[in-house]
Amino acid sequence: MDIIVLMKQVVDLEQVRIKHDTREPILDGLPWLFGEFDKCALEGALRLKEAHGGTVKVIAQGHPKLKETIKEALAMGADEAVLITDPALEAPDTAGAARVLAAAIKASGPYDLIMAGAGSADEYTGQVPSRIAQELDLPQVGFVREIDLADGKLTAVRDLEQAHQVVEVETPALVTAVSELNEPRLPPLTAILRAARKPVSELGPADLNLDADALTPSLEQTSNLAPAQARKNVMFEAAPDEAAAELAKALRKEGMV
Amino acid sequence: MRTIVYGRTADELTELLTRARELGCEAPDVAWLGGEPDADLQGELARFGAARILVVDDPALADMTTDVAAAALAGIMSDDAPTLLLMGSDLRGRELAPRTAHIVGAACVVDALSLSLEGDQAVTERYALGGNTVAGERLTTPRQIVAVNMKSVEPEPAPSPGAASVEQVTVDLTPSRIKVVETRPKPSESVNLEDAETLVCVGRGIEKDGDLELVNQLASALGGEVGCTRPLSHDFHWLSEERMVGISGKKCSPKLNVAIGLSGEIQHSVGIMGSKVIVAINKDKSAPIFKLADYGVVGDLYQVLPALVKELGQG
Repeated sequence: MDIIVLMKQVVDLEQVRIKHDTREPILDGLPWLFGEFDKCALEGALRLKEAHGGTVKVIAQGHPKLKETIKEALAMGADEAVLITDPALEAPDTAGAARVLAAAIKASGPYDLIMAGAGSADEYTGQVPSRIAQELDLPQVGFVREIDLADGKLTAVRDLEQAHQVVEVETPALVTAVSELNEPRLPPLTAILRAARKPVSELGPADLNLDADALTPSLEQTSNLAPAQARKNVMFEAAPDEAAAELAKALRKEGMV
Repeated sequence: MRTIVYGRTADELTELLTRARELGCEAPDVAWLGGEPDADLQGELARFGAARILVVDDPALADMTTDVAAAALAGIMSDDAPTLLLMGSDLRGRELAPRTAHIVGAACVVDALSLSLEGDQAVTERYALGGNTVAGERLTTPRQIVAVNMKSVEPEPAPSPGAASVEQVTVDLTPSRIKVVETRPKPSESVNLEDAETLVCVGRGIEKDGDLELVNQLASALGGEVGCTRPLSHDFHWLSEERMVGISGKKCSPKLNVAIGLSGEIQHSVGIMGSKVIVAINKDKSAPIFKLADYGVVGDLYQVLPALVKELGQG
């Protein structure tokens, strides 16, 4: 089975700091990495390949530092990577991002399955995979927690609020992974060194044949600030019994108990 | 602006109709996929102000796969008059909203925390940057789709009932290449964290499964529910997945939230930002959760929790 895995490069969100006066996020100098759900999608693809043969190709879009970030995916076991780093292809919204990635998928040759994370680590909207499935006219299975190939038939178990749904998928198709799917492997040092020799290619605007209006924005961002938090920040640091008594008193005063 | 609400249950639809009316749309339509709703539900939809029930009924919708459902909804909003489609941001909605949007060239926001209308444009807020920020967005296409966080508005019947007239809409649908083989109900605990007035959330500071008893004791002393961070439900399986609070789990707005032995990673904190009062108990004074807290206790939860339960018992 030939599998394409879509991965998004994001800044380390645990390290985002907020400017006190303006509540703007400070993103300069943060390390870039792949989100956890994206790694679960890659791990899922690698396990299918290891059990049944085939290839795993990663397609990723991002900042020029992607050339470094992608090494982790290659070290985990992807056979090759296709990168999109040209700022001219930076999409203003999820519709544009889906068109760019769908065009890159088309330009990258035949596939049986596309895998992606159920949501990116930063925006977690999950819009892009759904829109790509539509753009490529593929059936989609979201929030997949188990996937298996037997007798040429792909089955998946997907998460819904009240139920797990078992589905049979005729390929080509697109599936998105949740973290229950697997525990992504940590590549050994030797694999990280070998990863540098794996094929990495780049796609630019000339390779993608996008319509002139493909990146026209469908929405505009009006603000993006940390939520205002006015908390009391009263600290109790006495011995446990005393601190508990002070806290209980404060909660009674608040009418919470 | 013409507003259509899509849902599958009375609870969802009455809440969405209420929201549509709050936006100023006095005669919202309902999109209904599958065999037409029964008389009881039709009556409910009328009571909550539905003007029309637009029904797409087709054998291809039997499994309600996202590809076919999206094509059906796109058929309902096929003309390009300014139209807002509202649905709930549950897992199905999160898949369905963007796919439908892509067919009709609509702007789309999922997981919307707030929604208002400015003229014919929806204006939304949602968490972004892993919950570090709230992104405000204005949808600028004629057709717009918003999947909203549910259980945020109390359903209110309309001042005067709607006609709720059933109209069949014919859409050319192709059966999906996905077949639903089985739907297994989750072993449900039927816990409803979103409605809890008091929540006690626990993180990795708790060392083993059995020690959760300490947390349960505090929750019952406060009359609250127990929630947790992702590792406890999804990695250790000490608590059910329905109890996970955070960006990929429940978002709660209790009056009181007590955060126990959790550092306050943004992926979790997003789920408790709406709390009126936040208490944090953590032995690490530098844990980020203290910045979000109204009251913080720096100490070992294994000593603080029993002491607090005892104090509350003396109330």
